Amino acid sequence: MTLDNIKPNMIVRIINIKGSGLLRKRLLEMGLTPNTQVKIKKIAPLGDPIEVFLRHYILTLRKRDAAQIEVMEDKNNGNQKDCFNWESKLW
Amino acid sequence: MEIKKIALIGNQNCGKTTLFNALTGSNQHIGNFPGVTVEQKTGYIKNNEQYELIDLPGIYSLTPYSLDEIVSVQYLLNDKPHFIINIVDATHLERNLYLTLQLMELNIPMILVLNMMDEIKTSGTIIHIEKLKKQLQMPVIPISASQEEGIDEIIKTIEYMIDHPTRHIDLTYGMMKETISLISSIIEKRVYQLQLPLHYCTMRVIEDDKQMIQKLHITHHEQKYIHQIIKDMENKLQVDKDIAFIQMRYTLIDHICQQCIIRVKETKAQIISDYLDSFLTHQYLGIPIFILIIIMIFYLTFYVLGQPLQNLMESFFQYITQYIDTFLNYLQVTNWVKSFICDGILAGLGSVLSFLPVIIILFLFLSLLEDSGYMARVAFIMDRALRDIGLSGKSIVPMLIGFGCSVPAIMSTRTLSSVRDRKLTMILIPFMSCSAKLPIYGMIITAFFQEKAAIVMITIYCIGIFVAILSALLLKKTLFLGEPIPFLLELPTYRIPTYKNIIYNIYDKAKGFVHKAFTVILLSSIIIWFLQSFNFQLEMVEKSSQSILASIGTIFSPLFKPLGFDDWRASTALITGITAKETVVSTLSVLTSSSHFTSLNNALITIFTPLSSFTFLVFTVLYMPCVATLATMKKELGSWKQALIIVLFQSGIAYLVALFIFKLGSLLI
Repeated sequence: MTLDNIKPNMIVRIINIKGSGLLRKRLLEMGLTPNTQVKIKKIAPLGDPIEVFLRHYILTLRKRDAAQIEVMEDKNNGNQKDCFNWESKLW
Repeated sequence: MEIKKIALIGNQNCGKTTLFNALTGSNQHIGNFPGVTVEQKTGYIKNNEQYELIDLPGIYSLTPYSLDEIVSVQYLLNDKPHFIINIVDATHLERNLYLTLQLMELNIPMILVLNMMDEIKTSGTIIHIEKLKKQLQMPVIPISASQEEGIDEIIKTIEYMIDHPTRHIDLTYGMMKETISLISSIIEKRVYQLQLPLHYCTMRVIEDDKQMIQKLHITHHEQKYIHQIIKDMENKLQVDKDIAFIQMRYTLIDHICQQCIIRVKETKAQIISDYLDSFLTHQYLGIPIFILIIIMIFYLTFYVLGQPLQNLMESFFQYITQYIDTFLNYLQVTNWVKSFICDGILAGLGSVLSFLPVIIILFLFLSLLEDSGYMARVAFIMDRALRDIGLSGKSIVPMLIGFGCSVPAIMSTRTLSSVRDRKLTMILIPFMSCSAKLPIYGMIITAFFQEKAAIVMITIYCIGIFVAILSALLLKKTLFLGEPIPFLLELPTYRIPTYKNIIYNIYDKAKGFVHKAFTVILLSSIIIWFLQSFNFQLEMVEKSSQSILASIGTIFSPLFKPLGFDDWRASTALITGITAKETVVSTLSVLTSSSHFTSLNNALITIFTPLSSFTFLVFTVLYMPCVATLATMKKELGSWKQALIIVLFQSGIAYLVALFIFKLGSLLI
């Protein structure tokens, strides 16, 4: 699954960010790192961009860029309102 | 005593400019849209002239993407401030701390200021300041910039810290720490010779920053070795270096936040924001509400509030002119002095300054939209539509500011992260009818279209927007091929704009307008008065049709014959309008020697037919922008040639559209 074809209100966990260069780095720096929980909030009236909630803030990005982000459904914490990932491990 | 430079830095939308105002008491523009602070603003800290505070554009990381981010990073590296105030939004601590960790790499003494603490307190969330201090090993000060709480504490801490600088702790760990120290040892000597921060330089070398590699004279052999070190780390961690280092910082932040924050629920402002967004960015309601808001603003500005105030100003100036006229008669001054004062100075200034209230009200609404956080939502809901014409949602902000004035609008294009988008937006901005053109519409509408004022006004604005869309499509297919920039935009929490920021902002704009009225417009009014009152023999003429100006205007007037107005006064007004658009009105009133509106109306009827007056309007909306805009474009593009090409393009389009409308109108009528 990639972040661009997720339905609103679903909670997912990031697996990987594909692509290369500055855009990928920007996505990572804005907090879209592997293992982060993301909630899809909304799709813009004209079908693009999408609005997501992560690390306690709201980010909007275009579907084309969201397609770089591989995610999986996060069933464990699906009910929790708090999207923050408290358990990310130290290496 | 040596002046200490203090850089104020933080993410976008963290209340940085509000803190700047609170610390310095100076005025400066602030907005909630990411990246509105595009110029470097400085001010001295209250009661302490020894500290100079520099307000830097908001950034998310030390890897800059847009021009205003580059400005910030360059400043921190090259100007070497003595001290950094890092302001963070306590309600978004997780993301804000990313920049904090990077700033620590710069090895400049620093304090962390937690803003929005009032919001945190009311939500029941607890942030353990002492624990945060311990984790980061630096002073942490909780404040509320909008309530001006904690400001003195910041000043006191800076005073202490400047005399007692401390080193930042190294927060790296694991494989990344090893990699950093291995590479650091290679470049260490050269970095110290250049007096640069070691940790930061190492990170840039790891990121393959070409400039840094060149600056440090890293040889091919060394580069190979460095790449090998990084490869080893990547192999061991099973992730690439970008993820490794960014993940390292975020893991640290997670760890710190876990220890320092006890979150109960979202803050009240965030809950309200969510509720507002359920309408304002609603799938079906979002765009209609946006259009409604814009219509409301224009309706309020031009009819409900603007009109009465404008009438008031007009009668005020009429009264003054009459009074001075009687006074001058009493003094028995010569004819030309009286004409100079009444027809030259007062007629010019009066016709322009009467529009001051409208301009103030328009900017009031625009800054309310910006400061509240709504502009970012507009960018979000309009992005798709703007992408179809080759732009991004972020371009909507400069465009909307363009309805106020092209100069700040063009300056705000710096928030766009690609040169292509910036240029295209800049070309289109002047088509958004600016508030300086309002006097012209007012003048023509009162003379010709009094019953249909609203329709004519809306049509004019729509023609501007329509031409902008067509030009964008044309340019996208020809000169501006290529992809629009990626769109990554934070939607800030809605906040009630502080009255101080709004007042400072409007004061700036009003000051700019009045300044323009008393410099450019006054000067051109005097020059025009001179040119129209004297002939080439420098004798005062009876009728302005014998004047120098008439001869100049007559040269150009045939050019406008195909557009339906070949009166020399119309073409002269268009030429003088290049100095500032308001001058079109003052020129026409000076040329027809009308000191009040009724006589101007009568004169206009002899110059235009209703149809040609309309093509005149269309031409004025679209033709080349004023000198101030041209100069701003030159500054932003860095080239007179490009700025002049843009201006010629706009004038060409204006001529073609006006011609088309005149021909069409002639057929229909």
